[in-house]
Amino acid sequence: MNLQAEIPLDYMIVLGTIVFFVGLMGVLIRRNLITMLMGIELMLNAVNINFVAFNHYLFPNRLEGHFFALIVMAIAAAEAAIAIALIINIYRQFNTVSVDDVDELKY
Amino acid sequence: MSYSYTLLILLLPVLMFLFIGLTGNKMKPEVSGILGTTGLFIITLLSYFTAFYYFGHRSGESFQTIEAYNFLWLQFTGTLIINIGILLDPLSVMMLVVITTVSLMVHIYSLGYMKGEKGFARYYAFLSLFTFSMLGLVLATNIFQMYIFWELVGVSSYLLIGFYYERPTAVAAAKKAFIVTRFADLGFLIGILLLSFYTNTFNFIALTDLNGLAIAQPTTAVFMGLSVTTWAMLLIFMGGAGKSAMFPLHIWLPDAMEGPTPVSALIHAATMVVAGVYLVARLFPVYSFTAPESLEIIAYIGSFTSLFAAVIACTQLDIKRVLAFSTLSQIGYMMVALGVSGYGAEGLGYMASLFHLFTHAFFKALLFLGAGSVIHAVHSNLMTDMGGLRKYMPITHITFLIACLTIAGIPPLSGFFSKDEILVAAFEHNKIIFAVQWIVAGITAFYMFRLYFNIFWNRTPEYHHAPHESPVTMTIPLIILAAASIFAGFVPFHDLVTSDGNPLHTEFHAFIAVPSIAIAVVGIILAAMLYYRKNSKPETIAKTLKGLYALAFHKFYIDEVYLFITHKVIFNFISRPVAWFDRHIVDGTMNLIGNATVSASGSIKKMQSGQVQWYIWYFTSGVLLLVFLILYLTY
Repeated sequence: MNLQAEIPLDYMIVLGTIVFFVGLMGVLIRRNLITMLMGIELMLNAVNINFVAFNHYLFPNRLEGHFFALIVMAIAAAEAAIAIALIINIYRQFNTVSVDDVDELKY
Repeated sequence: MSYSYTLLILLLPVLMFLFIGLTGNKMKPEVSGILGTTGLFIITLLSYFTAFYYFGHRSGESFQTIEAYNFLWLQFTGTLIINIGILLDPLSVMMLVVITTVSLMVHIYSLGYMKGEKGFARYYAFLSLFTFSMLGLVLATNIFQMYIFWELVGVSSYLLIGFYYERPTAVAAAKKAFIVTRFADLGFLIGILLLSFYTNTFNFIALTDLNGLAIAQPTTAVFMGLSVTTWAMLLIFMGGAGKSAMFPLHIWLPDAMEGPTPVSALIHAATMVVAGVYLVARLFPVYSFTAPESLEIIAYIGSFTSLFAAVIACTQLDIKRVLAFSTLSQIGYMMVALGVSGYGAEGLGYMASLFHLFTHAFFKALLFLGAGSVIHAVHSNLMTDMGGLRKYMPITHITFLIACLTIAGIPPLSGFFSKDEILVAAFEHNKIIFAVQWIVAGITAFYMFRLYFNIFWNRTPEYHHAPHESPVTMTIPLIILAAASIFAGFVPFHDLVTSDGNPLHTEFHAFIAVPSIAIAVVGIILAAMLYYRKNSKPETIAKTLKGLYALAFHKFYIDEVYLFITHKVIFNFISRPVAWFDRHIVDGTMNLIGNATVSASGSIKKMQSGQVQWYIWYFTSGVLLLVFLILYLTY
């Protein structure tokens, strides 16, 4: 099966961009901390798509893009763990997970 | 013999000041008083010893000038060197005797007078400080050292005038004295700098050396018609005029009477106020050879001050103020004598001036201490509250009478001799000044006996409790000073203290002595007629001379003129514009910068909302902006 013949690289980039901006919008617009975290995960996955796509289409004989994608996944998993721990603590402190109510840092 | 022990004369009082000043609160008041008096007694003995030894050992005809100490204190450059030392010459040794004697008398007197006062130890500490400064001033080897001690004297005078710091008038008087003399010292400092700039030295010996740079090669620089040396000497005299309260810088002295009476006797009658005379005498060769014009000016200022102050003294009711104006008048005499003097064989005026300084210190201190004794008994400064005191205070009465006769110039008391020499010197030099001084001699006799009769004779008012003679600590100094006033005239002064150190030949001039005695007697008789008994003649005369009397009573409104100049002219036309400039322009600039920062930060501080999503939004927009910018620039 020749993937290159069926789906051009442009499609992959457009997909990555769409996923990235969906994630960004999620972070910018949603007030719930957990949803914002999901947005961040989406942005990371958009990056992963780009890594894998470029590796596959431009340098088929090499593996660095794949490795980077794997590393990003590992980082994302760690980040998610930490972020959720933080969110739980914020919930205990403020009794809310809405980002609007967590603005103490300005003082 | 070396004079190395003279260092003790300077060190003891300053140690005394530190010791009493630091531990005075811990000890009983009497202890600090006795300690201070004992210390001063030792200094007095040392001074007498120095004087006897110094005047006893002349080399040939003249006296040597000895620098007992002279060590380097500050070296700025090769020529700008300031030393500290002790200079012994007839002038300084004579001053040493005067200062320590009067100071010792005042120390003893104060044991009684200040008894039970709050701050007794503080008082003695300040007295020691003053004695130290005054001795340092007269023993200075160079003009800069003199200037330092000059200011120290001013400070201790300030501290002692303001001794009763709870009284607003005393505080005001202290400030006035300090500011007026400080203003005059500005001239002194400029004069010192000018003089030393052209002569490359501060040292008195080098300055007054007849072959030295200052006199042998005076500067040819001329400023506004007078040579720069004359200007320098006039500016130096300005400092002296401030300290010696010469017109128009005399306004602080009458107010300085707010201090304790013994302080007035010590500082504002006998020692500090003659510092100006001492200064001119110290630099006399420079005045005489390079700036004779300034000597003329000194003579006229002195003459005017003596007349002016004598007239005011006739109208004052506060006995200490009468004495203050009398002091002004007598210092005027000394200035006149210096002003009319020549150098060397013509130095009669110089000798007479210092002779008068010498005798005046004793009789004026006696007058003040006597007045203090009276005030102590009556609890009032006003002569209207006094009268008939001779029955209650016999010792004070007799000593005061002696002092009055002395200042009036009745022979053979000391005042006669010194005043006579001054009149002779004035007569030889300038007949107008002589005439003025002759009349002033009469006025002096009049106002002193007006004071005397008003205190000790006249009507006896109702006293709340009968006045009694002062304690023995107060009467003993009176008796000693009275003896000094009587006999000081027999000191062979023309043999000891002269302008060039050589004995001066003086003769007795009956044609001057007789009229001067005559006018003094006339003054006394006039005063006796008016004030011996209570009568209405003084009021009648005051009414007849209404305008003049009011003028003299208000001290010719000089204070008001000063107030007008300072409050109206200087405050309104200089201080207020400067204050406005400071408040609006200088402060305004600063406020503008501050306000701009505050409002700028106020308008952008809303960005720091704490809302994470806004931060992300700014960040993202910034990144996007950068991306588009880079794309735009690269393509």
